[in-house]
Amino acid sequence: MNIAVTGLNNVDNPAPGVPVIRAIKESGEFSGRIIGLLYDTLEPGAYLPDVADISYVIPYPSAGLEHLFQRIAIIHEKEKIDVIIPTLDSELNGFIKLAPRLKELGIATYLPTADQLTLRAKDKLADFCKKFDIRVPKNILATSVQDLYKIQSHFEYPVVVKGIFYDAAVVNNLEEASTAFHKLSAKWGLPIIIQEFITGDEYNVCALGSGSEMIGAVAMKKMYITDKGKGWSGITIHDPSLLELSKKTITALQWKSGLELEFVKDKETNEYYLIEINPRFPAWVYLPAAAGQNLPYALLQLALGKTVRPFTTYDIGKMFIRYSWDWITDIKEFETITVHGELNHG
Amino acid sequence: MGKQKISSSLALSENGFLFLPTTGETFTVNEMGKLILKYLQEGKDQQSIVDAITEEYDVEAEDLQRDYLDFMGQLKQFQLVVEG
Repeated sequence: MNIAVTGLNNVDNPAPGVPVIRAIKESGEFSGRIIGLLYDTLEPGAYLPDVADISYVIPYPSAGLEHLFQRIAIIHEKEKIDVIIPTLDSELNGFIKLAPRLKELGIATYLPTADQLTLRAKDKLADFCKKFDIRVPKNILATSVQDLYKIQSHFEYPVVVKGIFYDAAVVNNLEEASTAFHKLSAKWGLPIIIQEFITGDEYNVCALGSGSEMIGAVAMKKMYITDKGKGWSGITIHDPSLLELSKKTITALQWKSGLELEFVKDKETNEYYLIEINPRFPAWVYLPAAAGQNLPYALLQLALGKTVRPFTTYDIGKMFIRYSWDWITDIKEFETITVHGELNHG
Repeated sequence: MGKQKISSSLALSENGFLFLPTTGETFTVNEMGKLILKYLQEGKDQQSIVDAITEEYDVEAEDLQRDYLDFMGQLKQFQLVVEG
């Protein structure tokens, strides 16, 4: 069996590809090859011999879906790919569009529909939550700097300024909001989301939905957060109300694929607010696997049309501590991947 | 002050390390804190705890009462105990 996975750029804002591969390989049931799909020749996962057996550079979906499809078709001829698991937010829409053509080639995917992807988008989240009676911070959308003047009439500072795909900044005044607006809109486009700031601790849930039910969900509290807002260590927790809320959200979305739900627990009221739904597994997806819910492997099974019984428990108090490590390689490997667009670890 | 009850999910290790699984928060307590939490887990009320400690340690009941209430205040603040 040959499984292709994207998102091997586990840098300071790590993508989920490497932990997805790690979970699949350590399932104890997987035997096959892992094919890494890269958007950059310096994605670290490509160089690590225990991650992907072979990696290929592919074009960004924004360069044109036809280019991406043709490149995958060429790789497929050599590798006979059974399943592709895209792990990045920004490529999902493209892969959803390509899924029927990939299926014709014999490549399975396990993705939400375009409508589901839109429902949970950062600029649509508040509407979705209101419809299904899920607590969500108030928000407004900004398409120009002029819109930032509306903040004062809707909120009290601080507020959260969010990019449409990634990144967010907590700002304390109009000047900071304007700086964040320019930075985020230049990087990720418009609109920018202005969200009410809820004071409290952040909780994250990594989950998998089958479209009709929640297959698994593991809740985690970040214990150490980098200046980019990334959890660098975390611990699994058990709060039935949080898992119930996650189930309600996933069921309402009829979500099919992996996802991450981000909540803030209001310090005053102890109530959870859903602040974000990321449409793919998070970079900490190996923690659920280590705690007893191997969600990437379950997704793989579902993609192959197999039945997966929903998980019901996981280990509480299981921690992850992320670390960085300098991998040393020779320029020959960089040369190979740059010139030939692939790197083979055999 | 009425009877205090330890949060049912609180995990207390022999080292005085506390883990609250519902929130993921961790705490450490010293030997005396550990002893009080152990008594609370056994269902003892404030007076029984104070009596047991003054019997075993060289401490004035009045000082202990004050420290006990202070400790309880902290435990309540972190939602580690609730009114029984």
